[in-house]
Amino acid sequence: MNKIRPSAKDALAGIADGMTLAVGGFGLCGIPEHLIAALRDSGVKDLTVVSNNAGVDDFGLGLLLQTRQIRKMVSSYVGENKTFERQFLDGSLEVELVPQGTLAERIRAGGAGIPAFFTPTGVGTRVAEGKETRIIDGREYVLERGIRADFALIKAWKADPNGNLVFRKTARNFNPMMATCARVTIAEVEEIVPLGALDPDAIHTPGIYVKRLVHGVAYQKRIEQRTTRPA
Amino acid sequence: MALTREQIVRRAAQELRDGYSVNLGIGIPTLVANCIPPGMDIVLQSENGMLGIGPFPTEAEVDPDLINAGKQTITEAKGAVYFHSADSFAMIRGGHVDLTILGAMQVSQDGDLANWMIPGKMVKGMGGAMDLVAGARRVVVTMEHVAKGDEKKILRECSLPLTGRRVVHRVITDLCVLDVRPGAPMLLVELAPGVSVDDVRERTGAAITTEGTPKTIAL
Repeated sequence: MNKIRPSAKDALAGIADGMTLAVGGFGLCGIPEHLIAALRDSGVKDLTVVSNNAGVDDFGLGLLLQTRQIRKMVSSYVGENKTFERQFLDGSLEVELVPQGTLAERIRAGGAGIPAFFTPTGVGTRVAEGKETRIIDGREYVLERGIRADFALIKAWKADPNGNLVFRKTARNFNPMMATCARVTIAEVEEIVPLGALDPDAIHTPGIYVKRLVHGVAYQKRIEQRTTRPA
Repeated sequence: MALTREQIVRRAAQELRDGYSVNLGIGIPTLVANCIPPGMDIVLQSENGMLGIGPFPTEAEVDPDLINAGKQTITEAKGAVYFHSADSFAMIRGGHVDLTILGAMQVSQDGDLANWMIPGKMVKGMGGAMDLVAGARRVVVTMEHVAKGDEKKILRECSLPLTGRRVVHRVITDLCVLDVRPGAPMLLVELAPGVSVDDVRERTGAAITTEGTPKTIAL
């Protein structure tokens, strides 16, 4: 069981045109930046990408929008990307906007073998249009479907060779659920530590979910809104 | 005199209660964090996966792995905890967040909220707002009472796509504080200094009423 791949390019083997990918991150925080760059270089296209956001014009998933490799985005918030807006308005990019908590739960459910669930989020709004609703204990809920992906591309802080993962601060976000929802999950990490070096009680994502690992170096970790107070 | 943005923030901070877990929306609501009364114990929730937001970092403390839901760099308060997005929204949807303060484009008399899209113009997405209004125990909206060109934002029915139906409990604007009572006119509970009931009526598209004389907003 050797999960470690020599490069991001090698780690992506098998991703083909038209597939559905789940890509971790919130804004530019905790995104698999090396896997995204390698995906752009691979030229695969007509992708459906499930990711909370769409990156910015020149970084993150914005790179794949510029090259028109994405056919459809499933996201909760896409406000920071002009390329996205242009392609959406001219009809070349299909978009499914999903409330953030519903998106997180759809991915979690998909990974946990739950095909659908009832949620109060979005009842009485456009989000619920065309979907089954049900009154349970006097409150109305809407039925949402679990999400499964062909591949998940995620980013963690540390991994051991078994693929056990530890995330760091708010870079965790969607990554742990996405690790569970795909046929093949690829994790890029800042450090691969020896077996036994991670505290088994402090692992966030068990390695059973992770098929491939790649060690990423020289992270850009771009910041969208650098806000500081005086020292 | 209409309240300034900063005064709206200070009034919104009066909604905080000791021991509350609070989620603050982007914009004016985020600034409420700067006005937590000394000695009050408030835990700020950030829907990207954190309880216990601290102040903005100094330049030396900036960490790209630590941001709030508005993608701003932040720090952690003592006792902070991180979790993933599904846990974060389990807290929100499950009714464990006591209060959320959000911005709005429109609010209706019965508490419908519209704050996520303008058809044909602006499509940014709803982010976590639909989950927050569906799950937080109390929903307070802060906003300017009218939009540019004196266009009314508090209406009998919202004309924009909804974020949630009958979800808002209280609206705090630069003119007043209004409480939503579904099925009844909105109750005008407080007025900005120098603002009259008629001033509010003139700028409001929903039915409003008073019980006695509204208090003056304490600042």
